[in-house]
Amino acid sequence: MRRAASLIIGAIITALALWLLWVLQTALDMGAGPRLAEQAFAGLPTTGVSNPVTAVLLSYRGYDTLLELGVLLAALLGIWSLGVASPGFQPAGVVLSGMVRLVVPLLVLTGGYLLWVGGYAPGGAFQAGALLGAAGVVMRLAGDETAGLPGIRAQRWLIVAGVAVFVLVGLATLALGQGFLSYPQAWSKWLILAIETAATVAIGTTLAAAYVGGRPWSHAVVGGRD
Amino acid sequence: MSAGLLLIFDLVLVVTLIGLAIAALVSPDVRRAVMLFIAFGLWLALVWARLRAPDVALAEAAIGAGLGGALMLAAARRAARQEAVDGQTDARGEEG
Repeated sequence: MRRAASLIIGAIITALALWLLWVLQTALDMGAGPRLAEQAFAGLPTTGVSNPVTAVLLSYRGYDTLLELGVLLAALLGIWSLGVASPGFQPAGVVLSGMVRLVVPLLVLTGGYLLWVGGYAPGGAFQAGALLGAAGVVMRLAGDETAGLPGIRAQRWLIVAGVAVFVLVGLATLALGQGFLSYPQAWSKWLILAIETAATVAIGTTLAAAYVGGRPWSHAVVGGRD
Repeated sequence: MSAGLLLIFDLVLVVTLIGLAIAALVSPDVRRAVMLFIAFGLWLALVWARLRAPDVALAEAAIGAGLGGALMLAAARRAARQEAVDGQTDARGEEG
């Protein structure tokens, strides 16, 4: 029975892969037509950033990125609703804690660099946030129970910061008579930078808090389940 | 000559990527599967870099392989612990 099920699943996946290959081949056969890339490059001077990927993520399709941050927030709320965090690991030995002392500042520095460089080269909020989150993971692995995160009150603010700044900027552009998240050209770069900074902090906090794996504000036994 | 070398490199990349994916899928041990998935993610980052998509490569290495792997390892550990607890209560139930 199980064998039959896995065979069927395998057959479906193979069919799906073949179909995708066929789609790719057809797309390649169509040759160079009007693609989105050219339009993205054409609009680049008006966005205030020169990295096309950042322009797509925060200027052309800012709405999508806002919703992605919302997904991260919802995921963390789900993790927090599942129960309290498990206790941390035992304190690390000399070698590991020495490495952590070296690696964590380096991760934070690299995160800041990726955030800044995202305006004109590969980088950006998600990569920078992932590095901050990784710093938290490393700290928790080395025995820091809170993964280097601040208290619960500050954590809540940091976690909603990404979505909050994004929405506030959107509402501000709306109030100025432009569309939601269509930045005035002179301010574009700084608005994008502000959103990305908030998003980086929020993503880093969210990922580290997700690794802690439960709500951090009560280690008391709740309902006898934990 | 260099084009031929690059083709060989690309073929090795693709074959290893698919090999890692299959190994991760069929591995009966969850921990092993997660580790293979992390290796798969890092390898995929190389493939993205080769496709000249450094943004995606960075994201894949940092989130797909690094944090995703760490989260899945933690989840696997938790699931194993839960399984052990459930097994104990089951055994106790059979005794009683």
